[in-house]
Amino acid sequence: MSTVLQALNEAMHEAMARDERVLFLGEDILDPYGGAFKVAKGLSTRFPDRVLTTPISEAAITGIAVGLALRGMRPVVEIMFGDFLSLAFDQLLNHACKFRWMYNNQVRVPMVVRTPMGGRRGYGPTHSQCTEKHFLGIPGLRVVAPNALCDPKRLLVDAILSDDDPTLFVEHKLLYLSRLGQLPNLSHLEVTASNSASRYPVVSVRIANAPRAEITIATYGYMADLALDAMWRLAMQQEVFAEVIVPTCLSPLDIEFILSSVQRTGRLLTVEESSVSLGWGSEVLSLVAEGISKSGRLVARRLGARDLPIPSSRPLEDAVLPSVEDICDVAMQLVIKGEN
Amino acid sequence: MACITKLMQEMLRIRLFEERALEEFSKGRLFGTTHTCIGQEADAVGVIGALRRSDILFSNHRGHGHYLAHGGSMHALAAELMGRSTGVSGGLGGSQHLHFPGFYSNGVQGGIVPCAVGMALAEKRKNSGAIVAVFLGDGTFGEGVVYESFNIASLWGLPVLFVVENNRYAQTTPLAVNFSGDFCLRFRAFGIEVCEIATTDVTVIRATATPAVTAVRDNGRPRALVLHTYRLGAHSKGDDFRDPAEIEQYRKFDPVLILRSKLSDPEYEDALAAARGEVSQAFAQAETDPWPDCGALLDARAELLKV
Repeated sequence: MSTVLQALNEAMHEAMARDERVLFLGEDILDPYGGAFKVAKGLSTRFPDRVLTTPISEAAITGIAVGLALRGMRPVVEIMFGDFLSLAFDQLLNHACKFRWMYNNQVRVPMVVRTPMGGRRGYGPTHSQCTEKHFLGIPGLRVVAPNALCDPKRLLVDAILSDDDPTLFVEHKLLYLSRLGQLPNLSHLEVTASNSASRYPVVSVRIANAPRAEITIATYGYMADLALDAMWRLAMQQEVFAEVIVPTCLSPLDIEFILSSVQRTGRLLTVEESSVSLGWGSEVLSLVAEGISKSGRLVARRLGARDLPIPSSRPLEDAVLPSVEDICDVAMQLVIKGEN
Repeated sequence: MACITKLMQEMLRIRLFEERALEEFSKGRLFGTTHTCIGQEADAVGVIGALRRSDILFSNHRGHGHYLAHGGSMHALAAELMGRSTGVSGGLGGSQHLHFPGFYSNGVQGGIVPCAVGMALAEKRKNSGAIVAVFLGDGTFGEGVVYESFNIASLWGLPVLFVVENNRYAQTTPLAVNFSGDFCLRFRAFGIEVCEIATTDVTVIRATATPAVTAVRDNGRPRALVLHTYRLGAHSKGDDFRDPAEIEQYRKFDPVLILRSKLSDPEYEDALAAARGEVSQAFAQAETDPWPDCGALLDARAELLKV
């Protein structure tokens, strides 16, 4: 059974095979090493002249990708750890995302920056953070996160070959190991891609034939795996039913599917692995609060990492990052609160 | 050797455009700020004239001269500075964010250098025969990404010409307070051949740039030109704290003055009149052009957000 990692590796192979304009740049991406997390495996052997291993120069290689994109190529950049995106920030914020706009729509910048993100591996403060929150809300930048519910291969192929704007593609390190189509109790789940017409679907999950959901859990990426575990535990242990809504495009965010779920449940829990303050969940909650109908009620909480750098030691790291137990606990608090 | 009259015409177009831009700025008719290249026109005309029109130019915050020398429409530039819909960037970019096919500029120091290197990689892969020239100032050498880019351009053998205009000031900060070591050694450390000249004589700059451009094109490797020059105007407006005596001393090296001695009076007067006419027409047209449509701005936003 294939994993998200295999799917992303296949996506890279497919995109490079289908379009000669795809160039792949990154650090240590040549075989036999094949990149720090192996998404690059086999690419340099199959496409030796289009896979460019680079010096440790995140800013320059992101800028080079911008230049390539402006001149008709479709570059993909791998940043070895999401934490190092800070080094490429100026190229994304002031170059990649602004050219189309400030040149009055006369150019496009089709490029994808892929990066492994997140903790739970003990790598410590500078190799474990979910930095995507800092890239949300940038006009002109797409931030996309695959998950094990969607088709990660199609998601990445489409981002590379079909999206003409710069895209940050966020791959949680533990998601790599998640198996596709092998969710626990999959046959008892209703999984729907709400806007299947879109390149970046929003996936909704609920337990089939369950009573009406009392809470909406909005999440993305690897945290969707934990949210689904929590959804089962809540159902089995508390008889509380949840809908889990998982967008793949974090920014710009289409709030419609989360909002319509909250209209039904009256409760919203956002779950992310980024530090919780001023993050994705904050924006989701704002949009829901602004959009909810006059008669709608809303109780809500945001769950994320504590507002701290990520520690290395396992018990400390676990204490900082949100867990399945945390999701269940907060969900139960909301359910109880909403009953008053 | 290019015709002296033509070189003078091109420099005067830039000089008079910049003077008019400052005048319009003083009257409050331009938006934001403007960085003029008065005193540095010989760099733009000398180097860019050595390029082909099909070559690619990446310019910086002080880019009006580069834009005009590479064939950009003067009216579209005037209109851009005046924020009109007919501006080369539709009024969205302003002075530092200009684009027409083959020309790009951005106002962030250093960041354009890797973009230019990436463009050179694209042209090399396409076998287009085009080279990329990117203009850097002395102040830009404080940015780390510049050195990352030199390294990769040399490592991968890319057809890019790094053109350094050392005008001796990073905004208000003199070179001596900002810069250690040597420009040329920086390039040579990365295996990039470099040619250095200290002149404002456009004929000398053209004669130096031409073989450098040819070498980049023929060898498919980066090269650098270091041009020591002087900015006669302020960084932008009202931020000039240099010793007036120093500026006065450099007026002797005004590139227009240097070339003037090689032309007869009627030749010079003709070139001046032609440039005056073009500048006057460009601004006259721009100031009657319509403002951008803010409704269209919202449409553009929706387009930008569309997934």
